[in-house]
Amino acid sequence: MSKTLVPAGTLYRGREGQWSWVAHRITGVVIFFFLLVHVLDTSLVRVSPEAYDAVIASYKNPIMGLGELGLVAAIVFHAFNGIRVILVDFWKKGPRYHRQMLWSVVGLWAVVMIAFSIRHLMHVFGG
Amino acid sequence: MATPTIESPRSGRVSPGYSRSSASRGNFEMIAWLFMRLSGALLVVLIFTHLWVNLVSGDGISAIDFGFVAGKWADPLWQIWDLTMLWLAMLHGTNGIRVIINDYAEKNSTRMWLKGVLYTSTVVIVVLGTLVIFTFDPCPVIDGVAHVADYCPAT
Repeated sequence: MSKTLVPAGTLYRGREGQWSWVAHRITGVVIFFFLLVHVLDTSLVRVSPEAYDAVIASYKNPIMGLGELGLVAAIVFHAFNGIRVILVDFWKKGPRYHRQMLWSVVGLWAVVMIAFSIRHLMHVFGG
Repeated sequence: MATPTIESPRSGRVSPGYSRSSASRGNFEMIAWLFMRLSGALLVVLIFTHLWVNLVSGDGISAIDFGFVAGKWADPLWQIWDLTMLWLAMLHGTNGIRVIINDYAEKNSTRMWLKGVLYTSTVVIVVLGTLVIFTFDPCPVIDGVAHVADYCPAT
């Protein structure tokens, strides 16, 4: 376990560029699988009003409420980082400022999530 | 412990899908790349509005039930909104998963199977969701029993 553990010639740079890419993939996969389930649960409106209301009621319990915070956290990050990716690709100065833009994404994400969490937990626990 | 060697791009074997000389795939990958950016920008607006209306405004998630859906889909704007969101999100997500499968599944047969499952799921979900939006009945009669709601005609 010495310095030789460090791979020579790796293409992975780490830092903001690589980790935002990893987070973008993970949040994307999470959102995709939720989307499949979400279309299925909404489709219950064609089965019966009772079937739909029964499944939606399960989304209103506190544990699912926390899951919804996680889902919205994934969506908001993916959305803001996606805008950053678009700016990196299409804005002339995008590549130069990609790190600063990532920290802006993280900051904006934190602000939005604090506000949303308060609001959503009020709805979930407020009855 | 041996360290894995990662070759620099295009130093050796190039996957046929990425070969620049093969014209068989045309510019599909470029169109897909562009689609991800265009649909992504639109989805930010569509989904943030969707989350605002359904989870933030009013009573949020505690107000969601069959009547809430009926109220929204009585307006063609929300039907079109949800239809656009369904198609764009499913195609955006499917292409994202396709890229991830291409990146991590090394065997041809594994890639083929995973993408087969992916595309089948996509078609099923998109067709199902589209049918649900357009065949939705706010006042269904199930087994001879009419749904009771203030917006439904009294029987």
